[in-house]
Amino acid sequence: MISQSTRKILFATAALLATGSVLAAGADLGNTTKQATNWVAIAMFVVFVAITLGITKWAAARTKTAADFYTAGGGITGFQNGLAIAGDYMSAASFLGISGLVFANGFDGLIFSIGWLVGWPVITFLMAERLRNLGKFTFADVAAYRFAQTPMRTFAATGSLVVVAFYMIAQMVGAGQLIKVLFGLEYTVAVILVGVLMMCYVLFGGMTATTWVQIIKAIMLLTGATFMALAVLWKFGFNPEALFAKAVEIHSKHDAIMSPGVLIKDPVSAISVGMALMFGTAGLPHILMRFFTVPSAKEARKSVGWATTWIGYFYILTFIIGFGAIVMLTQSPELYYVDGDITKGLKGGGNMAAVHLSNAVGGNIFLGFISAVAFATILAVVAGLTLSGASAVSHDLYATVLKHGNADSASELRVSRITTICLGIVAVFLGIAFEKENVAYMVMLAFVIACSANFPILFMSVLWKDCTTKGAVAGGVVGLVSSVVLTILSASVWEAVLKNPKGSAWFPYSSPAIFSMTAAFVVIYIVSKMDNSKQAQLERSLYPAQRVRSETGVGAAAASGH
Amino acid sequence: MNDDIVARIEANPKFHQFVQKRNSYGIIMSILMIIAYYGYILLIAFNKEWLATKLAPGMVTSIGIPLGVGVIVFTIILTNIYIRRANTEFDDLNAQILKEANKK
Repeated sequence: MISQSTRKILFATAALLATGSVLAAGADLGNTTKQATNWVAIAMFVVFVAITLGITKWAAARTKTAADFYTAGGGITGFQNGLAIAGDYMSAASFLGISGLVFANGFDGLIFSIGWLVGWPVITFLMAERLRNLGKFTFADVAAYRFAQTPMRTFAATGSLVVVAFYMIAQMVGAGQLIKVLFGLEYTVAVILVGVLMMCYVLFGGMTATTWVQIIKAIMLLTGATFMALAVLWKFGFNPEALFAKAVEIHSKHDAIMSPGVLIKDPVSAISVGMALMFGTAGLPHILMRFFTVPSAKEARKSVGWATTWIGYFYILTFIIGFGAIVMLTQSPELYYVDGDITKGLKGGGNMAAVHLSNAVGGNIFLGFISAVAFATILAVVAGLTLSGASAVSHDLYATVLKHGNADSASELRVSRITTICLGIVAVFLGIAFEKENVAYMVMLAFVIACSANFPILFMSVLWKDCTTKGAVAGGVVGLVSSVVLTILSASVWEAVLKNPKGSAWFPYSSPAIFSMTAAFVVIYIVSKMDNSKQAQLERSLYPAQRVRSETGVGAAAASGH
Repeated sequence: MNDDIVARIEANPKFHQFVQKRNSYGIIMSILMIIAYYGYILLIAFNKEWLATKLAPGMVTSIGIPLGVGVIVFTIILTNIYIRRANTEFDDLNAQILKEANKK
């Protein structure tokens, strides 16, 4: 299916996976060539679309109120929500990007898998039940619980939309590039297709349809990856040592794939990237929103438990898949390597390792299945993003800020749907506009903003009694602005995107999180401490009641809107 | 009426004990997670050679690989341990506090 050398896919998935300059530096910007149309993959994908649209039709009949739209009526079980969270979080980047990274560098891929997982315990221990107990539809409900609604909501909605925008651009560009290679569709057609399908899911089926798309995608991805990993391990008698030994023998880097390499440059960058991944996960609006779909704090905890388990399991699989690709693809170089020459790299680029491996272990049908999984993966992620963007606009900006909480459910629902259409159109345009741009920094930027703006205001408003509106908004703004500015001044944008000479970047580290997140917390602290206004005193006096509700869930059951 | 319940919970010393107990448990678990993750990251930053050491002479698998997979497994186990305790012991305490607040 992949007949020509297309290195740009490397860039496309690096864009999805984006770890700042570390990976962007490894991305190769060549021209993508449209591939021969893969009918098996398309047939599999059509089946997926037919099933999900069927579910959307069923979900549409159940989406009557704003609560149905935002939270599926609050009736999702912990297990279902855990799978949906996993489906929301495991992107095509984790699957193709990490296995590609393992294929290229061995050990280093593992560092990534760990980084993308460690945010989950933080959410579990500090956030999950408090979110569920205080919130209704969006994380701004929680952050603004005892504060002045207009400034807090406006800021929280802005934080959500900025994170969603950067995450979305990276997904759309990645989707277009990936689908071009996997299915042989035109870039523009692919981007429009993704936009239209995601609009259908969200517009008609709201959270119910989005949840089921994510659950189905998670099951498909976990099944496909499990099959591949088992096929690899079976070949080596379920002995990892034998697999590694063969890989070291074959791989051009030999024993170097067994040790950490270039991924971690300096300790400050390492810790900074780690902070962005760890605390950014706890500030992603589309992930936080999922906590309001379950009926109780207990179910919210169960959701994160399942999500962490599935995501961790999946990352172990990607490691095995990467090593399996090293060993098995070299056995038929004529099928998988450029000109059949191992030294020239994989057809379609390094991130095609998992896709080629699916052909090696399961033939054309399984290749089609894995291609369809990759497409489904993107759809599930963008649908979740759109839904959280739409709710930030309709619930936070329209219903609370503009209508002061007096909007009726029907008009709020109408605004969500209009916003969904707008977001879908914007996403398609941005996807097309950024086709030739280097978007490798965008996912990382989304994580940095989430950890420097959204996470600090959430954390402080829920856990610190002296926090005030002024403090939270000031700290959030500092976190947001410093994340963006420092990212622009770092090598991943200053050199890779703005084409300044190498070494000229003002900000020397891979991620600003260590500075921007710290700055946000410090500013929230200082400004809140200095704030002695009447409003601040009122906000502090409301803390004990908020604490009772956030810890015990008193009054929370009524909030889920069912 | 809801305000009464909130006030009664706030006045109940059991509530404060309960919150303190669960929060310190959550903080201890978070610290364990941070030590495991940043410990691994700092090992990579400062002692790549040790991580590259072979598990045993004649093997190719390096110490860093089972250790890295160990961090993933540790993350999963730690999360689920917390959830099990929170969903049983802590939720029971929580239910008891709510019951007392509703009864009076």
